Amino acid sequence: MPVSQNASGAKIWQLRNRNQTLARWAAYLAGVAVFMWCWQRISDATTWFFVWDAPRIAADIGGRAWPPRWSYMDKLWGPLWDTLNMATLGTLLALVMAVPVAFLAARNTTPSATFIRPIALFIIVATRSINSLIWALLLVAVIGPGVFAGLLAIAFRSIGFCAKLLYEAIEEIDPTQVEAITATGASRWQVMAYGIVPQIMPAFAGISVFRWDINIRESTVLGLVGAGGIGLQLQSSLNTLAWPQVTLILIVILAAVVIGEWVSAKVRGAII
Amino acid sequence: MSAVLLEDRLGTTWKKPPLISNPTLRWGLFIAAAVYLVLATASIDVNWSRVAEGLSRGWAFIASFFNPDFVSRGTDIRDGILESVIITVASTVVGILISIPIGLGAARNIAPLPVYLICRGIVALSRALNEIIVAILLVAIFGFGPLAGFLTLSFATIGFLAKLLAEDIEEMDKVQAEAIRATGSTWMQWINYGVQPQVMPRLIGLSMYRLDINFRESAVLGLVGAGGIGATLNTAFDRYEFDTAAAILLIIIVTVMVLEYLSGIIRAKVQ
Amino acid sequence: MLELKNLSKTYRTGDKALQNVTLTVPKGQVMALIGPSGAGKSTLIRCINRLVEPTSGSVILDGTDVTALGSGALRKMRRKMGMIFQQYALVERLTVMENVLSGRLGYVGFWRSYFRKYPQADVDEAFRLLDRVGLLAMADKRADELSGGQRQRVGIARALIQNPRLLLVDEPTASLDPKTSRQIMRLICELCAERDLAAVINIHDVALAQMFVERIVGLKAGELAFDGKPVEMTEDVLTNIYGEEDWHATIREVDDEDAEAEEPVA
Ligand SMILES: Nc1ncnc2c1ncn2[C@@H]1O[C@H](COP(=O)(O)OP(=O)(O)OP(=O)(O)O)[C@@H](O)[C@H]1O
Ligand SMILES: [Mg+2]
Repeated sequence: MPVSQNASGAKIWQLRNRNQTLARWAAYLAGVAVFMWCWQRISDATTWFFVWDAPRIAADIGGRAWPPRWSYMDKLWGPLWDTLNMATLGTLLALVMAVPVAFLAARNTTPSATFIRPIALFIIVATRSINSLIWALLLVAVIGPGVFAGLLAIAFRSIGFCAKLLYEAIEEIDPTQVEAITATGASRWQVMAYGIVPQIMPAFAGISVFRWDINIRESTVLGLVGAGGIGLQLQSSLNTLAWPQVTLILIVILAAVVIGEWVSAKVRGAII
Repeated sequence: MSAVLLEDRLGTTWKKPPLISNPTLRWGLFIAAAVYLVLATASIDVNWSRVAEGLSRGWAFIASFFNPDFVSRGTDIRDGILESVIITVASTVVGILISIPIGLGAARNIAPLPVYLICRGIVALSRALNEIIVAILLVAIFGFGPLAGFLTLSFATIGFLAKLLAEDIEEMDKVQAEAIRATGSTWMQWINYGVQPQVMPRLIGLSMYRLDINFRESAVLGLVGAGGIGATLNTAFDRYEFDTAAAILLIIIVTVMVLEYLSGIIRAKVQ
Repeated sequence: MLELKNLSKTYRTGDKALQNVTLTVPKGQVMALIGPSGAGKSTLIRCINRLVEPTSGSVILDGTDVTALGSGALRKMRRKMGMIFQQYALVERLTVMENVLSGRLGYVGFWRSYFRKYPQADVDEAFRLLDRVGLLAMADKRADELSGGQRQRVGIARALIQNPRLLLVDEPTASLDPKTSRQIMRLICELCAERDLAAVINIHDVALAQMFVERIVGLKAGELAFDGKPVEMTEDVLTNIYGEEDWHATIREVDDEDAEAEEPVA
């Protein structure tokens, strides 16, 4: 009730009535209280002495980290190649696995909405909510350190991501095109190849390139847990406090990310 | 009517026109891709005996999902998850609060050029740096603990939200905003009445989405000492305590599912 | 040749779209199906090739009960029924030629169709049909680059390359301008005559139907309301099917037989 009367009887206009206003303030208050409590906990767990000392430490590290040790670059080409391979092959492997999952998860293509669809959706959520570093941690524990573990980590993490976007694209296709192919007497697989696949092809290409870009970023750090790539060098440089090498590695990672983004933007522009 | 004659085409074979019409380019790309794939696959040396050995461990891990152990490291898990949640909430709130002014500044249609360039620079920096790397640097500077994690995720949130917010503002309906400006409003009033109503629903939706991402990320920050459940998880894997690891992963998965469900409801409500 | 016996369809929502429709279409007859929106015309057509499963009743084509077939036999049966859609329903991202050849999917195996290795006879037939509908030059264009009338012609070619016995046509002209509508209707009817095909054509434009077909069936709320020759279509009949309205301008006078010059389809 936006219009009410004040004490003297004059009508005043308000956007919300009293109860709504109260509820709103209560919600704000609760929000602030929750945040303050969170902050309190963080603050308790922090050694503030170090924090006050942070500017000096930052300056100290900065001083030691510059200039980068360019000669170290020779040792980085191999890991960089591994990083690229983990991202690319990982993405390909993920797509191979994501396509069937997406078809099983989409409402209009799933063979069984009551049994198979929930399983497919669970695979999607489970692989998506586990970060690729955790996947790497797990795979390193299971199959030992190396590029292969990183590749699989990238692949598993990407299944859910790609399958989710893909099944949403499948659910949005134009059903009459599928009906028209069905009406010619085509088999189930032919309907798929002629009626559905052409319609989701642009989405598929876009998703692949998009995920490849993300995977380039992620594969640069997988080495931190022993899964190969340039992150391995980062880890050992950090352990030996070789700050000039760290600087160089960070610059290389940044360059890789920027180039990856540029390439994916170009490819996306070319196919869409 | 057409220049193409039926007699010319009858009996000729038909092929689907290729995606790339230039044959040199097509074959060049094809061969390059094939060569790359061969080289890349060859350069990955897999220690198959180690993998075979690992398979049984992999099975053990999968099996432990059906028999997770929440108890033996109960306190560690509880504290870790709680710390993850705290980091998530605090960093999302702070990230949103900071990304609103930066998002406004990064929208070309409402910000003056110098402000625009600075804000875009911040956004680009935040997006280019991987969370883990930021966390490593911040741990080195501020010491171990959740503060580094909190700062990392706040910084990452800024890059994500401010960019999308700026793009939203750049795409918004000009007429509505100009109508407000025409009433002689101040800049603040203009933002409040002309811009905010248009971008608010999506901002809320994106914030919920970011909350979800931040929670997932907070689970790995512990690997580099920046607080949260990651440290416990790391220890569990190091000691091959798969049942504890499975318990932690299940908690993460369920939390993400719940968050996604909630954000779906909230997004439906504001739109 | 085509027989519908007590065909009924009740959708899961409870809509009784068809109720006890019994109808026979002899060989080579072009029949128009008219009726107000929601009368069940599309449902009737889709029940014939079982894009929609009928609730009860049977559809008999050349002595075979279509409603009793298993999925493999149904696919073989669908080859005998070409379908043409209102919104063309071409696969937009495939070329014209691929769309036409997709009419042969029921005849070729999966891998052949996947690699686009159709038998030469099919390719020749596709070229012939494209030439017949005036689109030979467009064979390698993508379907979404065509105009509405051109797309509908591709749709016709796709239905005909199936070598069907029966055409099922759902509002072929509803998205087209009046002139193109006539051209398309004429093309369909000529092709039916050439190949001695029976056809069931859903159509909203009563005058257009009267102009081209030999029999009109009216549907009203899922039930048969009229069955007769175009000349028997009077204002009373229309009022019965559609409700009260001034129908004079809608019905074609019987005596103004094709006054306009025949224009070539191109
Ligand atoms: N998939 C469906 N699910 C539920 N009800 C449906 C479905 N398709 C059609 N109906 C209902 O069945 C009835 C007949 O629909 P139908 O599409 O056959 O009519 P129509 O005569 O083709 O109409 P129009 O001229 O508008 O195309 C309508 O009441 C419609 O609401
Ligand atoms: Mg209809």
